[in-house]
Amino acid sequence: MSFTRKDLLGIEELSAGEIQSLLVAAVSFKEIIERNVKKVPTLRGKTIINLFLEPSTRTRISFELAGKYLSADVINISAGGSSVSKGESLLDTAKTLEAMKADYLVVRTPFAGAPLYLAKMVKSAVINAGDGAHEHPTQALLDLFTIQEKFQQIRSLKVAIIGDISHSRVARSNIWGLLKLGAEVTLIAPPTLLPIDIEKMGVKVRFKIDDELKKADLVYVLRLQRERQRGGLLPGLREYARLYGINSSRISKKAMVMHPGPLNQGIEIDDELAYGPRSLVTDQVTNGLAVRMAVLYLLVGKK
Amino acid sequence: MNLLIKNGDLVNPGKPKLNGKLDLLVKQGKIAKIGENLKAGKGCQVIDATRQYVFPGLVDLHVHLREPGHEYKEDIASGTKAAARGGFTTINCMPNTEPPIDNRSVVEFVREVAKASGVIRVVTTACITKGRAGKELVEMADLYEAGVRTLSDDGDMVEDAHLMRRALEYAGMFPLTIISHAEVAGLSRGGDMNEGFVSTKLGLKGIPAAAEEIAVARDIRLAELAKARLHLAHLSTTGSIELLRTAQKRGLPITGEVTPHHFTLTDEETVGYDTSTKVNPPLRERQDVLACVRGIEDGTISCIATDHAPHAGFEKEREYSRAPFGISGLETAVSLAFTELHLKHKIPLATIIAALTINPARILALDIGTLAENGPASLTIFDPNLKWRVEPSAFLSKGKSTPFAGRELTGRVSSTIYNGRLVYQFD
Repeated sequence: MSFTRKDLLGIEELSAGEIQSLLVAAVSFKEIIERNVKKVPTLRGKTIINLFLEPSTRTRISFELAGKYLSADVINISAGGSSVSKGESLLDTAKTLEAMKADYLVVRTPFAGAPLYLAKMVKSAVINAGDGAHEHPTQALLDLFTIQEKFQQIRSLKVAIIGDISHSRVARSNIWGLLKLGAEVTLIAPPTLLPIDIEKMGVKVRFKIDDELKKADLVYVLRLQRERQRGGLLPGLREYARLYGINSSRISKKAMVMHPGPLNQGIEIDDELAYGPRSLVTDQVTNGLAVRMAVLYLLVGKK
Repeated sequence: MNLLIKNGDLVNPGKPKLNGKLDLLVKQGKIAKIGENLKAGKGCQVIDATRQYVFPGLVDLHVHLREPGHEYKEDIASGTKAAARGGFTTINCMPNTEPPIDNRSVVEFVREVAKASGVIRVVTTACITKGRAGKELVEMADLYEAGVRTLSDDGDMVEDAHLMRRALEYAGMFPLTIISHAEVAGLSRGGDMNEGFVSTKLGLKGIPAAAEEIAVARDIRLAELAKARLHLAHLSTTGSIELLRTAQKRGLPITGEVTPHHFTLTDEETVGYDTSTKVNPPLRERQDVLACVRGIEDGTISCIATDHAPHAGFEKEREYSRAPFGISGLETAVSLAFTELHLKHKIPLATIIAALTINPARILALDIGTLAENGPASLTIFDPNLKWRVEPSAFLSKGKSTPFAGRELTGRVSSTIYNGRLVYQFD
């Protein structure tokens, strides 16, 4: 199965075969980043522009390093330092960057659907690095890679995703990816943090921690944005931590834990678990590089 | 100039005897005669309407003309040309202009500009509250004397239920009809589309059906309390239409309208984030579309209105959440009504045309919407056999955003005649 897309916009539109070919490619790139000398000439002469219209550290750095390890020229543009903050439209910005012959636009935006809109308008390969509450496909790919690395296979794996599903692009991309690869997914969140009809995606839904969590092979903990309290979605962080905070007594002894970061320790997850032996959090970060290198490589392969 | 319209099939709501194959003779802007085999006199222009329908000039209850204030989106000249192309000879403009139409001088401004630059008739709804701010009532008597017959803060609901009650009571004495924009802002704020599985997948904030239904229920109850007439604008949900149906069964003088996009499209159109699907109220789900259709069929919904809400291209060409609500509706409305309601859902043409003529005319307190001898010669000739593809660049409206771009429709306006003048002809 090969990957023949111009852009990577979301996991929803990918087939299981396409996801697998990305994950397979990432294996060789992981080998490269474990080397002493990490640089390979794959993307020499190619330009990557990271257009980050929303604060991000780890995703931006990960894309930047992935591009550099592949010998591409990488430029970062953030909302504050660009003409976007002067009211320039996203389309103008993208057209300008395309006219400068950027080969890739890596886009992080607070607006769902914006990467798709750009992909239709520009010839550059567009990679969605997170669009509003819609998708964050490279996050899901690195998570799937990490899960596959740890558990060997995803089919029939029991995965619980716990936290703010409503506002989470990470949750949406992971749900699509996990389901396509045959996992059984349960979401655990209060009703106010679950988007309407989410069970139609093919997941189980629980409002409280119960046996479903104990059965999970993998517990994926989402970050709780502190402003949710002000939006009337939660009475407070204390009650959230009491009802949904993850610690080792609440999950199966064999279960592994993941988190997309950054962590709110003591709220959604306790310290001991977050950085203990059952945590895959740092593997996720390393694998993020390998997966993003694979994405850059496979998208360019198409041209 | 005199005009003879030959061999057309007249669909004429309110005049049961003047329907079917009849000719119309137009003299000095009026209909001189309706009958069989009329002869063209000397110098009389003849329009052959064989195998075409002749309707009274269509009436659109709900149009945003954008002038004064937002002429870059639309102005009265472009908006009325677009309306004429869509078969309308009277349109009612909503008062959310800049400044808003909340006093006599703005009403008169719109009237004067329409006389000077419009090609058809323009009437206006005025605001319920000064500046559309939801705080103080407008000077209703003055507006009534200026010719206003309907009031609305369209675009926003009058949030204060007490003020809405008083507006309904006070308006009743002239009488002015209140048009309700039913939307509880607390439930819809920040929303981009219908709340449902599609919004969940797209990660867009949803607007629940309840935001409209709670407002509809409130305004029906307030109208009953105030013993007032009420018209409900752009209804979009099964629940709203059911509330209206129940109110009408109880004998309350409450009417409602739906738009062509709400009786045709579902929120599935939003997949792909095309901003031409961003409308308020949002496109809903399959059962809601069917409820709109059933509502028109059984008469619960007596009016089809476009909610023509044009925007400049650069405003719609952006991220979905940042784009404004609203699409260009005038130039596709009657063809959509014919294709969807008549051909697909088999609703009688007489019902559909009444919803586009005499019914909205009654709400506007205008004695139009039907064709009769000695009445004004405003009429629309419609070719039901012509199949065409919606091409936004051909729109006469400045607003080119439409979710129907590229769609094939059946039936099209071939001529629009306003007071005896040919204001649009398809070529």
